Amino acid sequence: MPSFVMVEKCDGCKGQDKTACMYICPNDLMLLDKDGSLGYGEMKAFNRDPSMCWECYNCVKICPQQAIDVRGYADFVPMGASCVPLRGSQDIMWTVKFRDGAVKRFKFPIRTTPEGGAQPLGGYDEGDGDINSVNLVTEPKSAGADKMPTI
Amino acid sequence: MANWETVVVETDLLICGGGMSACGCAVEAAYWAKKNGLKVTMVDKATPVRSGAVAMGLSAINEYIGYGAGDNPLEDYIRYVRQDLMGIARDDLVYNIARHVDSSVHLFEKWGLPIWLDENGKYVREGRWQLMINGESYKVIVAEAAINAMNDAGFEIYERVFIIGPIMDGDRIAGAYGFSTRENKFYVFKAKAVYAGMGGAVHVFRPRSTGEGLGRSWYPPFNSGATTYFQIMAGAELTCQEIRFIPVRFKDAYGPVGAWFLLFKSRATSAEGGEYMAVRKEELSNWAPYGLVKPIPANLRNYLGMLDVDAGLGPLYMETAEAIQNLAKAYEGDEKAFKKKMKELEAEAWEDFLDMTVSQSILWAANNIYPEKSRSEIAACEPYFIGSHSGGSGAWVSGPEDIETPYKWGYGNMTTIKGLFTAGDGSGASSHKFSSGSHAEGRYAGKQAIRFVLDNNSQPKVDDANVEALKKATFAPMDLFAANKGFTTDPDINPAYIRPMQFMFRLQKLMDEYAGGVSSAFKTSKSLLERGIELLAMLKEDSDKLGAETSYELERCWENTHRMWQAEAHVRTMLFREETRWPGYYFRADTPKMDEDNWHCFVNCTFANGEWKFEKKDVVKLID
Repeated sequence: MPSFVMVEKCDGCKGQDKTACMYICPNDLMLLDKDGSLGYGEMKAFNRDPSMCWECYNCVKICPQQAIDVRGYADFVPMGASCVPLRGSQDIMWTVKFRDGAVKRFKFPIRTTPEGGAQPLGGYDEGDGDINSVNLVTEPKSAGADKMPTI
Repeated sequence: MANWETVVVETDLLICGGGMSACGCAVEAAYWAKKNGLKVTMVDKATPVRSGAVAMGLSAINEYIGYGAGDNPLEDYIRYVRQDLMGIARDDLVYNIARHVDSSVHLFEKWGLPIWLDENGKYVREGRWQLMINGESYKVIVAEAAINAMNDAGFEIYERVFIIGPIMDGDRIAGAYGFSTRENKFYVFKAKAVYAGMGGAVHVFRPRSTGEGLGRSWYPPFNSGATTYFQIMAGAELTCQEIRFIPVRFKDAYGPVGAWFLLFKSRATSAEGGEYMAVRKEELSNWAPYGLVKPIPANLRNYLGMLDVDAGLGPLYMETAEAIQNLAKAYEGDEKAFKKKMKELEAEAWEDFLDMTVSQSILWAANNIYPEKSRSEIAACEPYFIGSHSGGSGAWVSGPEDIETPYKWGYGNMTTIKGLFTAGDGSGASSHKFSSGSHAEGRYAGKQAIRFVLDNNSQPKVDDANVEALKKATFAPMDLFAANKGFTTDPDINPAYIRPMQFMFRLQKLMDEYAGGVSSAFKTSKSLLERGIELLAMLKEDSDKLGAETSYELERCWENTHRMWQAEAHVRTMLFREETRWPGYYFRADTPKMDEDNWHCFVNCTFANGEWKFEKKDVVKLID
């Protein structure tokens, strides 16, 4: 369906001003059925346009209840497989289930710094501060050069 | 329309978009604006944390020079890009991006992006210009730096506001307008300079999958032509609108092939086992000089594979098993080391997909494909507009001022419209910038835009009556739907309006069949293009009859209007260029050969006063 929401697990991110999946979806697909009037269940989220879903997994990764998964596109993916992520602050674990029942697990790093802490200048000197020079802020040091080259 | 409140925001620099180039623009402009007492405002239709082409993640950085450490000379990158685009590239822009890209990559690393290092602490190169990364959170990290820079300076970011088009003050940009997809608010941004960085375009052509998998395009479906529409409506000159990009990727889920070709040294073969790059080598001489220099241009590699498919030799395969076995061979005899190496290669192969195209992992798992044991199908995707990759489409922008180039009329990366800047997928003839180069180019444009504001520090005039007319046009699809929905029992079928999804299908069908899409085997001709233009003209008229039930559908309506204008710029430019230059992107059957004497040039177009204007522009090299 591409992304789908499990009824039992989704709590509509109650207590927050917006659901995590609505916040993150780059294509504006996730929607919360607040009072159940849309037919998806009270305080349940859903993907309102599965054929516009890129399967980017951002809703799956961000859901605090792990209530969202992806079922491969029905028009070309044989049934029975899944890829389930568990994203932490420093790494991500994937469980890949094959149609034939095999299971593989992978763990990859995702960042080397604490979440939220990216310093815009990256610890480099700001540079010449001259709006008319060719140097962008932190250059030429951040470029690994003594001065910016020209041609 | 009555209950849509108008919100007016005044700023100095408005950044439209939140992808790699827009985040580059924001992190740089925030610094220069704060220093000079100016204000920057950013507006994204999603959240920059996960918006744009890198929303899912990436497994590689495709532009890194390493010139500071003496890894590569900058000049070689100019040669590489020009060669890949069959001679059609702006040396000045490519050079400028290349000299700034290493700085962006080094910043990414400081911000927290894990870049693979070898035993000597040097970056692991996938190919000459490419670096391997653990890139699941690439966009999160890059956006974080931009958001922190904006927050530190006290600047605002508007999320979930969809920008429709520009507001003009004569020949100068005056701002942008759009609406919130979360609240009933119509936004008017008044700005002294505007950065258009809303990405390229997908779903202009019919995708291979047209059911649920419609959304599984290689480049993301939410990049829907907003930048091009914005530039056209502002009256900006565009370039290379014929240079679409068609990637060859793992079939159907469009998983990346770069690591397989470059890192794993895999071969691509037809079903018969012939390696089309070897079997059809002679064909390359028809595209000399570009066909005879390595690396062979992407479009020619596509083309040789397409010739195999046309000859009935498909499916095409990536020989993954063979490649992995070859790499592990060095460890044969030492069972422990061999096992370890195989496990390492297996994890690398899966991470390549899991970082950036999870669907491909599902597809492999669903087909019981184990890459170390069996090969996997590859195919040419549908066409996309992505000037940052191996396509070339975008605006015609001013070159850097310190470089001797004939393409200069003011501030670097400014379009031909005063105060309108762009980069990434928004600027043309400067391909192969990818994620890192888009960020670097966005930074450069951000600094230049602030410089423009300092020199032109007056708020352009915005005509209130014009804004009211734009507001009315914005919500027209909702008004039309509301006024007519009661006429039929089924709101989908109504003679008064067309809903956005069907409108998109109509656009895709005509582009596919007349403009060289998948079902036409990427072939078109003068006659087909002219008929396509007739059908596009009626589609354009019918765009006034788009109907939207909700603000969500309204968003889709305007995305499709954006796509339609991208389509027209494309079709008309292909018609203007009377040759075939990129046969693996499109083949003009009536002019099947490359014509260096007459068409070694850029084709630029402008839409003004209701008319398209086309002209050739010379390609002037900075170096041989």
